[in-house]
Amino acid sequence: MPRPQPAPVPGLVEPPDNVPAIEPGSVLPATIMQWLDAVPDPEIPVISIVDLGIIRGVSWRGRSLVVKVTPTYTGCPATRVINDLIRQALTTKGVNDIRLERQISPPWTTDWISAKGRAALERYGIAPPQASGGPRRCPHCGATALEQVSPFGSTPCKAQWRCLSCLEPFDYFKCI
Amino acid sequence: MAEPDALFDCLCRLGDNTLILGHRLSEWCGHAPVLEEDIALANTALDLIGLTQLWLGYAGEIEGKGRSADDLAMLRDVWDFRNLLLVEQPNRDFGHTMMRQCLFDQFHVLQLNALSQSRDATIAGIAAKAAKEAAYHASRSASVVIALGDGTEESHHRMQSALDRLWPYAAEMFESDAIDQAMAKAGIAPDPATLKQPFDAAINAILADATLRRPAGDFAHTGGKSGFRHSEHLGHLLTQMQWLQRAYPKAAW
Repeated sequence: MPRPQPAPVPGLVEPPDNVPAIEPGSVLPATIMQWLDAVPDPEIPVISIVDLGIIRGVSWRGRSLVVKVTPTYTGCPATRVINDLIRQALTTKGVNDIRLERQISPPWTTDWISAKGRAALERYGIAPPQASGGPRRCPHCGATALEQVSPFGSTPCKAQWRCLSCLEPFDYFKCI
Repeated sequence: MAEPDALFDCLCRLGDNTLILGHRLSEWCGHAPVLEEDIALANTALDLIGLTQLWLGYAGEIEGKGRSADDLAMLRDVWDFRNLLLVEQPNRDFGHTMMRQCLFDQFHVLQLNALSQSRDATIAGIAAKAAKEAAYHASRSASVVIALGDGTEESHHRMQSALDRLWPYAAEMFESDAIDQAMAKAGIAPDPATLKQPFDAAINAILADATLRRPAGDFAHTGGKSGFRHSEHLGHLLTQMQWLQRAYPKAAW
């Protein structure tokens, strides 16, 4: 009996056929960053991978488009899915020769999350990272009386907190 | 520059520590006393396994025989592992697991901070990234050890027996051999002996807050990082961790 196909990766769709290939070097890196800004983070789809600060550079090298990606946490299982999503987004735009390079130095920090990304996180119910090490206010009701439930959460980048005013639990994006 | 063989061994030591401890912690998945602790242990395991991929991936590159991180992790046998005896010790109860974690985390943070100054840019980059995660682990394991040590009579008793049982495995972390000295001389990795003093200061402070008594003896079990004499526990761990690749070689998905 043949093995069943693995479940599709969330957010990953087959690129359409007949996309006209673009001439290498003809598109500015800034434009490519805008394309990548449409790629959602697979774990937290309200922010893009550009908002997350993990795209560290886009450049043409000969006929190849080189995208430097840094991992958030070393063991983050989303890393592979993110690479697939980048490849797919660029293929859809007609880039055929894509080289993804892992850049681990300097290490990713939550300081690289954009202001747009931080606002989107809070609207989604995830308190954005703070240098103080804990959330500033409850993302649901805005109250500031909060307690930590656990320093770890549903993904490597989050911790669990609870609001003492509305009593709702929420995720806090850990500051590293 | 140091001998590639010594550098390969050095990287295997780093990667095997995180691999074996990561696997040990993953054994708790679905079994921890409360959900939050279950998640915390699994997350810590995930960080350690992620770090293993970087260390063993680089080890394979240095070796130059085409072995990947997965090959090194899944296809070597006991005698080729270079992890500390401490990290292969069984989990026993939750307190014992957290005591083992606390001892290792305090050492790990010091080791990674020193490695982030390595003359080898790849090692320095990996260490600088991992140091931030390890500091998070260390702060959590220390607070759990303090809470349980300075907790009920039962939890205090269990933490003291965990410490007494694990203490003879702590000294191997600071043992320095020819490979360590070659690495230190080349400016690649710290001589582990130099980490002993800051470790003692940190662990003494934690144990004092936890109302636990530091064992007096200095007897030390060694033979893990040299691969000379692992404890029997490593073989049992590998039979589980490597089972799939052993039963179905080259299986992929």
